[in-house]
This record gives sequence, C-alpha cells and structure tokens, in this order.
Amino acid sequence: MSLSAVIVAAAAAAEDAAEAGGLPQLDMSTWPSQLFWLAVTFGILYWLMAGRFLPAIGGAIEERRDRIADDLDQASDFKRQADEAEDAYNQSLADAKAKAQSIAADTRAEVDAEIAEMQVETDAKLQEKLDAAEARIAEMKEEATAKVDEAAADATRAIVERLIDEAPTDDAVARAMTNIAR
Amino acid sequence: MNTFRAASPMEQFEIVRLVDLSLGSIDISLTNSALWMLICTGAIIIFFAAATRRAAIIPNRLQSTAEVLYEFVSDLVRDTIGAEGRRFFPYVFTLFLWILIANLFGLIPTLPGLPHAAHTFTTTSHLVVTLALAMLTITIVIVYGFWKNGLGFFKLFAPSGLPFYMYPLLVPIEVVSFLSRPLSLAIRLFANMFAGHIILKLFAGFVVSLIGAGGVFAAVGILPFLGATAVTALEFLVAFLQAYVFAILTCIYLNDAVHAADH
Repeated sequence: MSLSAVIVAAAAAAEDAAEAGGLPQLDMSTWPSQLFWLAVTFGILYWLMAGRFLPAIGGAIEERRDRIADDLDQASDFKRQADEAEDAYNQSLADAKAKAQSIAADTRAEVDAEIAEMQVETDAKLQEKLDAAEARIAEMKEEATAKVDEAAADATRAIVERLIDEAPTDDAVARAMTNIAR
Repeated sequence: MNTFRAASPMEQFEIVRLVDLSLGSIDISLTNSALWMLICTGAIIIFFAAATRRAAIIPNRLQSTAEVLYEFVSDLVRDTIGAEGRRFFPYVFTLFLWILIANLFGLIPTLPGLPHAAHTFTTTSHLVVTLALAMLTITIVIVYGFWKNGLGFFKLFAPSGLPFYMYPLLVPIEVVSFLSRPLSLAIRLFANMFAGHIILKLFAGFVVSLIGAGGVFAAVGILPFLGATAVTALEFLVAFLQAYVFAILTCIYLNDAVHAADH
C-alpha cells in the first residue's frame, strides 16, 4: 500500500468521523472562511472604533471633565467674591456703628452743653429776680419801719401834748425815742 | 412517535454553508459563523453609532453605557500598561467588545423549528477564531516589543537580579511560558464557550428526552430544566469573564512588550 493511499484513506476516515459527530472545530475546511470573516468584521470594527467611536466618547468625557473643572473654578471664584463682599459688608457695618456711636456721643455732649447753658441762664435770671424781690422787700421794710417811727413819734407827741399841754419839739421826741429804742 | 428529539450536543457547533464564495482558490463562503460575526459586529457598530451620534456633556442612556465600557477598558489598559498603553486602547477595546458580544449573543436561545442555518451560533466556540485572536495579540506583542526595545526585548526571558546559575534553568522556562501564551489564551476562551454550550445543550436535551418519555419522567424533567436555567445564568458570567480575561491578559502581554527592557 502506497503512502498516498494511506493518507487518502485517513482523510476519508476523518471526514466520516466528522460527519458522524466528530468535533466541528477540527474540520479544517471551514477555517479559511472563519478566518476571512473574522478578519473582515474585526478589522472593520477596529477601524470604526479607533477612527470614530472611541475619539467621540473620549472627547465627550474629556469635555465634561474640563467643564466640571471650569465650573468648580468658577464656583470657588464666586465664593471668594462672596467672602470679599461679606468682609466689605462687615467692615462698613462696623464703620457705620462706630460713626453712629460718635454721632450719638457728639449729640449728647452738645445737648448736655446746651442744657448746662440754659441752666446757667435760668439760674442767673432767677437770681436776678430774687435779688430784685429782696431789694423790694428790704425797701418796703425800711419804709414800714420809717412809718412806724413816724406813727410812734406822732403818738408820743399826742400823748405828751395831752399830758402837759405843750407840744414837744421834734428833737425832743426823736431823742426820747432813740433813748427808748436804746 | 413523538416529535421531541434532542439534537446532538455537537450540532450547535457545526458550520453551515449559506452562500458559496471564494477568493481565488480560498473558500470564503458565507457560513452561519460568518453570519453571526456580522450580526455581532453590526450590533456593536449600530450601538456605538447611536451612542456617539450626539456626544453631549449630559449623556443619554446609550452614551452613558458606551462611556461605562470606555472607562472600564480605559482603566484596565492604564492600570496594566501605564500611560504608554494608550496606543493599544482601541485594539484592547475592540478585542474585548468583539469577544464579549460574540459570547453573549451565543447565549440567545434558538427559536424552535428554525432551519439549522438560522440557529444561534457562538463564533468564539471555534478554536480557529480564538487562536487567530490570540496570535494577533502575540504578533503585536512581538512586533512592538522588538520595535520598541530592539534586542532588549530578549531581556523578557532573562529577568535581572538573579544568581547567574539560575539562568540556564530560568530562560528555557520563560521561553516556553512565552510560547505557550497564545495557546493558553486561545484554548481558555474556546474551551469555556465550548464546554458551557455543551453542558447547556445536555441539560436541555435531558428535558426534551424526559418530556418525550412522558408520564412520571416528564415531571422529573423539571430538574434538568432548573439545571439549564442555573447554567444559563452562569454562562452569562462566563461570557463576560472570558472576554475580560482575554482583554486583561492581552494587556499584561502588551505590558511586557512595552517594558521588556526594564526587566
């Protein structure tokens, strides 16, 4: 039996085995077709992935990452501005408070001064009136005393005239009254 | 005779010719495998075309999903390879998505009564497909490794900082481990898909056989049905996990190519 005949027989036997339920995976006649279509589909898929789909997805992810980073930057910027505004507000509030306090103190001092001035003025006026009243009282007292003296002198003169039927001189009356008063 | 008939568990892996095509002497017929590659790839393209149609700052649902996938693979590439891994990102992303969707679409149940050509087909359950993807990864690793590091790429097989007498032992081990990478990469994915679908088919076959037997057996059929349901849930996890494992191992191997001279 020649070698080629053995090979042919073996190949026929293998074919029989495959038809009888051998492993389809080992049927080499299907390999070229499988390899060809694998190359075609895998090649097309790689070409589309590398050229189109992956750059598109990567670009979108990148863009989102940039956008988020930008937004975060902007947010921190806004926060800084807000902090600055708050500081400025607090500063102006403190300034206003201080100013209000100084105005209040000024006004109080002014009012106090005015009150003191008015008090002095009023006191002076009252003193003046008091002095005038005292002067008048003193004058009236003097006047009254003079009138009492006169009345006493008259009475003295009248009493003496009645007693001795002689009118005493004014000097004598005055002397007598002075003596009595002494 | 009843009409219930459990197909052979191998039937789901059979390649069915739909349209005969050839390129010179090479047979490039459109088969069910090719059809499902086109369906998966077409679905991915339609999804991403819709997701990126109006890329916006505030994404809609489609864009959010695409961005989650993007960030997932992007983080994977960056964490494993570093900044230089950026240039491999489209490759790893395409690889991950192509495998993930092929695995997941393979889990779509076939409507009963459809002709064999219209049955759901898992393209990653064929060794030649996973091997081709693994070889592509290793080819990129080797080509980029030599382009980037020159002969320094061979340092990959001789890690520095070891006593000299270790090298005769270590270098062959490293060489064998490097050469076995494409095989382990390819067989891991293929075997997981293959085995998962066989188990699913076996459980489903039990259900059909038991119902076909009728009577008490039909009632017992609930057990393999529950089993098939559980395995289906597991297969969704495996579908994702194997795509992820393929992608992360690709990243680890690419990392070797990028940083071979640093070893």
